[in-house]
Amino acid sequence: MATEISIGNLTQPINESTDQLILYTLHLADNALILGQRNAEWTGHGPVLEQDIAISNIALDLIGQARMLYQYAATLINQATNQLINHSTNPAHTEDTLAFFRTGAEYKNCLLVELPRGDWGVTVLRQFFFSTYQYFLYHELKNSADETLAAIAEKSFKEVTYHMRWSAEWVIRLGDGTEESHDRMQKALDQLWAYTGELLTPGDFETEPDGKIVVDLRSIKVAWTNKIQEVLSTATLQIPENKWQQSGGKQGRHTEHLGYILSEMQYLQRTYPNAQW
Amino acid sequence: MVSTSTISKEYVYGLLAEVVDPEVPVLSIIDLGIVREVFISDDKTEIVITPTYSGCPAMQRIEWDIKTALLEKGITNASVKTILSPAWTTDWMTKEGKEKLKAYGIAPPNPTASVCSTDLFAAAEAVQCPHCSSYHTIRVSEFGSTACKSLFKCSDCQEPFDYFKCH
Repeated sequence: MATEISIGNLTQPINESTDQLILYTLHLADNALILGQRNAEWTGHGPVLEQDIAISNIALDLIGQARMLYQYAATLINQATNQLINHSTNPAHTEDTLAFFRTGAEYKNCLLVELPRGDWGVTVLRQFFFSTYQYFLYHELKNSADETLAAIAEKSFKEVTYHMRWSAEWVIRLGDGTEESHDRMQKALDQLWAYTGELLTPGDFETEPDGKIVVDLRSIKVAWTNKIQEVLSTATLQIPENKWQQSGGKQGRHTEHLGYILSEMQYLQRTYPNAQW
Repeated sequence: MVSTSTISKEYVYGLLAEVVDPEVPVLSIIDLGIVREVFISDDKTEIVITPTYSGCPAMQRIEWDIKTALLEKGITNASVKTILSPAWTTDWMTKEGKEKLKAYGIAPPNPTASVCSTDLFAAAEAVQCPHCSSYHTIRVSEFGSTACKSLFKCSDCQEPFDYFKCH
């Protein structure tokens, strides 16, 4: 039984494997877009010029990844719905319709990426958790049986290597820094830790019987955990003992923060649909 | 309209050599190594390019500039196709491109051997100052004014400069 994909005002049943591939691609795209948008909040407000530029560059890379993934998702949706919909009355989907006209419940990003940017410590620690996840994810996705996802992963992997190295260095520099920077990093870790488990817990669209297209998250969990523990330990930071982990983003159940970021990001297109400049 | 049966690949490559990177206007898209293929058939001329960085805002502009350059010579059936794999690397930049970069004041990329290391706090690569040619330089930031560059400073002549980083 195929689940229903609801995008904008369009709700159509699509066959199950295509349905899963579309949701998986949207999930990867949503993660990249929302974190890119969050990081872009620092542009012009970074602690020093060079790091303002660094976080803005990372934001740009993430939005670039999101664009490639949304373009692919749009192609898949248009192909799948081609027989079902009259395109003269229902215009085809594009990267923009997927980014600007979906509601919060339709976004499938992990909760971690939508949390407020916090101080610089929260931002670099979140980036480190996420970039380490993307590093191991794309390393595997490069071998996906889906050629487009494999190509996007190959392209993005090199950029993500820079992101992981940069953010890991900042986590160590601040964690093993002054008393104040250490305290702030520990607070950031206490706040963010409960949002890391979701990155490596498969959603419905990440379980695949033959495992040829999507990355089996169990296969990267050990590598992710080892890298995180190594860097946090060098940074003299303590992982919280509380094991409770938040979830819901992959099912479309989000924190209140997503609504605010979407309002800001989608405002112009919602107010003046299809406006261009 | 020019009949495509009369144009050669070399002719098209010659036109593409006039299309420049809008961010680094001394480099043509041939110098950058982003033109991967040119296909010419009776009814179409297809240019295959690959992006430098996924978020590079210059790619859209480059696509328009390619179409415009060909259109100016009467080639009206040109299309631009973007491929992602194999992923672009600075190793594809031409020798001429590297020389032009240096003359423009941007240090050209080193060979990519060490680029994908995940080692933390590794010593920065030895990058030659494009102004005084000293190797006595320090990296200020791994991220620079555009996605493809990082920031360096020369300890001899004291000038800051961009380095077109390995990728």
